[in-house]
Amino acid sequence: MMNFMEFMQLATHVGLHHFLLLSAILFSIGLFGLLTKKGLIPLLMCVELMLNAVNINLVAFNQYMPVPDYSGQLMAIFSVAVAASEIAVGVALTFRIYRDRGTVNVDELKELKG
Amino acid sequence: MDAVLGQVHGLVAWALSLANDYDVPSLIEAGVFFLFAGLALLFACGVVFFRNVVHSALSLTATFICVACLYLSIGAEFMGAVQILVYGGAVAVLIVMAIMLTRRDDMGHSNPSRGLIHHVMAAGVTGLFLLGMAAVAIFSPFRSAAQPLGDAAPGLADLMLTHYVLPFEVIAVLLLIAMIGAIVLAKGADER
Repeated sequence: MMNFMEFMQLATHVGLHHFLLLSAILFSIGLFGLLTKKGLIPLLMCVELMLNAVNINLVAFNQYMPVPDYSGQLMAIFSVAVAASEIAVGVALTFRIYRDRGTVNVDELKELKG
Repeated sequence: MDAVLGQVHGLVAWALSLANDYDVPSLIEAGVFFLFAGLALLFACGVVFFRNVVHSALSLTATFICVACLYLSIGAEFMGAVQILVYGGAVAVLIVMAIMLTRRDDMGHSNPSRGLIHHVMAAGVTGLFLLGMAAVAIFSPFRSAAQPLGDAAPGLADLMLTHYVLPFEVIAVLLLIAMIGAIVLAKGADER
């Protein structure tokens, strides 16, 4: 078993592992919300949480690995752009569904159910 | 009993090592990281567990801003600025607008969840996923070696306009398509 002192020394030296763990937990919270929420807008918010967790990974790898340039951060910026277009289309879809069906509860949207 | 004594001894030794050869910049870095990481996780839990969807949206914005502070704390200033502008600004406003346009009568129960059995299953799936990811994160062979790369914005601009110019253009077209699609969806293609 790891000594307490060794553990504290590891824990107080912030490195790549801290950010990997943080992003894993953040992604899991988003996944849990995605599986348990009923409204369309909370689902969109959980997807945004998960995308943000992935961005943390990209930036942390770029900052803490011996890489020659900023490719990781550039990938994160592309990911932000894709997330922005996703949320725009998602919000438009939500608005449209609400106007046509009068509800944003995913359990009541089952026209395609077999 | 010996194990407990060993842990206490470790705690005392750690406190003494702090007092002796304390490494102030490293400790401040750790404090900043744990402050903003804890806040981000707390607010992320708020997104999932608040009953009022407006509180969830506010909590989501707070999570974004905490993550932006984390970016700033590891020297990714440009990403921090982008995070605040795009997520803390545009995405937050879009979500609040969507809530406003699809409002129900009773905002106190506007963020409904599924039943208990769904929660148990979701917790199981999420827990398994988290265990796997945590194992990967902890036992990954990568050792962090931060290195000075210089100013981020010029480096990013160079990459964006030379090596990654095709993805850059594709992203620009994607944003345009998303904008047109959103307008058509929200307005309705059949309306004049």
